Amino acid sequence: MALAAIYSLFIINKSGGLIYYKDYGSAGRTDTNDSLRLASLWHSMHAISQQLSPTPGCEGIDLLQAHNFDLHCFQSLTGTKFFAVCETGAQNIETLLKVIYELYTDFVLKNPFYEMEMPIRCELFDLNLAQVIQKDRVTLLGR
Amino acid sequence: MFSFGGGSSLTSVVPDATPAPAAPPGTGTGANAQVLYVFNRGGVCLLYREWHRPLRTLDPTQDQKLMFGLLFSLRSFTAKIDPTTAEKGNLGVPLLPGQGCSFYSFKTNTYKLNFLESPSGIKLILITHPRTGDQRDTLKHIYNLYVEYVVKNPLYAPGTPIK
Repeated sequence: MALAAIYSLFIINKSGGLIYYKDYGSAGRTDTNDSLRLASLWHSMHAISQQLSPTPGCEGIDLLQAHNFDLHCFQSLTGTKFFAVCETGAQNIETLLKVIYELYTDFVLKNPFYEMEMPIRCELFDLNLAQVIQKDRVTLLGR
Repeated sequence: MFSFGGGSSLTSVVPDATPAPAAPPGTGTGANAQVLYVFNRGGVCLLYREWHRPLRTLDPTQDQKLMFGLLFSLRSFTAKIDPTTAEKGNLGVPLLPGQGCSFYSFKTNTYKLNFLESPSGIKLILITHPRTGDQRDTLKHIYNLYVEYVVKNPLYAPGTPIK
């Protein structure tokens, strides 16, 4: 049973490759190939949405509202995209994504064994991310 | 002996006899709308209107194709990523209208796109300022206008641009 406001988290590098994927209780299974496809599809749709803007200065989709979920996306200055699939109307996901970005800079980019643009396999990142998501769940239940 | 019912029944077919559907509250001015697209099931752009569009990167036909393609991919994306249903099918397979989880809007820092797909596959796209609220009622109203004045117009050939 999914308790969390957040269903899954994707991190994609600047060329659209999936470098991190974590599921927090979606119904059904998304296999590895599908998560890779979804990540690169999101990357291209993000780029197309910039082209279709009626006014200049568009930086791509930051919120997609579907009937069963909301998708929040945060793009860092270097082009790495963080996006989370959440319950409809979930609050403070932008802040959560920024916190996750902070964890990424602290525990992934500062890891001397991490190669840029490659899948993230960093124990400390996993650990701290799990704590942040857990804390988010607790505050959600406390409300 | 041969009665064809009331003679007055013929007049009820004439579209202008039906009153216009009532607009939902708060949609009177429409000052926020920037661009409107109407597509049919096959991707033909039936109507394109713009009120505020300083930036044009592509020519109109390319722009309409790109918009339809974006909607098509976003539809299959949302149907596939939907976390609440277990049976999701395959990515990239065309979906019937109303099949799978669809979306109703997305927001960027410069615009908000509102989307409605009718059961017959008519797609209405309204682009507004990013800070406008929920426009689903507005799109339903526009769809009702389409039904009243386009579909019920005997001179309109389906699948052709609306004039």
